[in-house]
Amino acid sequence: MNVFDIIGPVMIGPSSSHTAGAARIGYIARQLLQARPVAARIVLYGSFAKTYKGHGTDKALIAGILGMEPDDARLRFSPRIAAEEGLAVTLETAEDTDLHPNTAVITLTDEQGSAMTVRGASIGGGNIVIDAINGMPVRISGQHPSLIVQHRDRPGVIAEVTDLLADRGVNICNFSLSRRQKGGEAVMTIEMDGGLDEALADRVRALPDVTLCVTLLP
Amino acid sequence: MPEELNYHSLAGLVAAAEAAGEPLSALVLRQQAAQLEQPEDRVFAHMRENFRVMAACIEPGCQPDLRSASGLTGGDACKMRRRVEEGKTLTGPVLGGALYRALAVSELNAAMGRVVAAPTAGSCGILPAAVLTMQEQGADEHACVMSLFTASAVGLVIAENACLAGAQGGCQAECGSAAAMAAAALVELAGGTPQMLDDAVAIALKSQLGLVCDPVAGLVEIPCIKRNAAGASIAFMAAELALAGIGSRIPADEVITAMKRVGDTMPAALKETAEGGLAATPTACRLCKQVFG
Repeated sequence: MNVFDIIGPVMIGPSSSHTAGAARIGYIARQLLQARPVAARIVLYGSFAKTYKGHGTDKALIAGILGMEPDDARLRFSPRIAAEEGLAVTLETAEDTDLHPNTAVITLTDEQGSAMTVRGASIGGGNIVIDAINGMPVRISGQHPSLIVQHRDRPGVIAEVTDLLADRGVNICNFSLSRRQKGGEAVMTIEMDGGLDEALADRVRALPDVTLCVTLLP
Repeated sequence: MPEELNYHSLAGLVAAAEAAGEPLSALVLRQQAAQLEQPEDRVFAHMRENFRVMAACIEPGCQPDLRSASGLTGGDACKMRRRVEEGKTLTGPVLGGALYRALAVSELNAAMGRVVAAPTAGSCGILPAAVLTMQEQGADEHACVMSLFTASAVGLVIAENACLAGAQGGCQAECGSAAAMAAAALVELAGGTPQMLDDAVAIALKSQLGLVCDPVAGLVEIPCIKRNAAGASIAFMAAELALAGIGSRIPADEVITAMKRVGDTMPAALKETAEGGLAATPTACRLCKQVFG
């Protein structure tokens, strides 16, 4: 810990978990879509579903989807800004006791009709974890530079990707892989200590079995 | 050696400041710069930015039409400031000024404004209330920013030996810690000795020992906002006693340990679950229904 864990962070109130964390989940969902969303469907679970009105959780999620950081003073006006920017938002609540009590599932659609569904949980103190993308389990904290690589499940794809990272001297601190079925769509999540840039991501994108590659910077 | 400064005990920090013949804040800034691998001026600038965010909370927090997201709170800082400006307070502009500033920052937090967690969002009004009131009374910005390093050091000691979260230790851990941090900042700003700082921390924390976390409807509003005003007044009381040379018979480190034990034995219903205390009163249940249906 350091002094800025005690006096900080700068954030939009009222709650680090229900407001600041929610904004981060929305923000990461937006980055994963890699395009301007025109529609957002938000489903809230647990404590998020019960208390979102009092904590502004809905406004925080929408702000994040619009690309605002958790300390952006415009956060509380996000529904109006969404309307102005042509983002159609629907919000629902649901129950699923297997999920973390502060969970949101966000489906974003871009102008071409491509959709991305992201599930995230706010786990306390403004920290979050993205635990599913398009229904496949992942684990992204957003605290490290990360590569999210969607690819075909074929032998050697992981080695091709990690070779590119190794060539650049990038050290991986967390790696996970998940797939729908053998030979089908798969997602690898790679968190690293540093050295991630778009040039490196472009080399990953050029691999024949890679269908999507998104960079997330903390 | 500044690298060896640690946050295991407040007594250790006090001894280090006494030995160095420097304010505690100078030692903390030096140690943090080493820990963060940044130059001291950059670490100072980061804290100054946080201080300026605190200062920027006061005007929007004092707007008469300010309302929280739930609609339950807002507009009280405005009333308190008006009374101070009219010169009608019982206790003068210092305590009155601290009260309206604590309300302003806390009400702004509840209204989805931009604040600095200090140490948490729920207790974010206490430290700004103390330090900004001292600035109004003539302390320069540099001294105010430095006093935040002293306040942070107190927070780090409490975090290491107890906790800072209401869900873990009750309100004593949030508003109690914030008041202790603010009391330390006040003693340093007033030119008190390191030992006075220890006494002020002990007195502030003792005064809130056992305070439960019982937010109505689970929201950071009732009673949190008024407890920020209470915390600010306790910080001034504790600093005032310590500066008069009144010691705490129980040293701060032992008060911190006592706070942890009290928090550990506190039932879950009184630790941010909104199941006990004020949150379980008939009026709280009615307000809860009003907000969430």
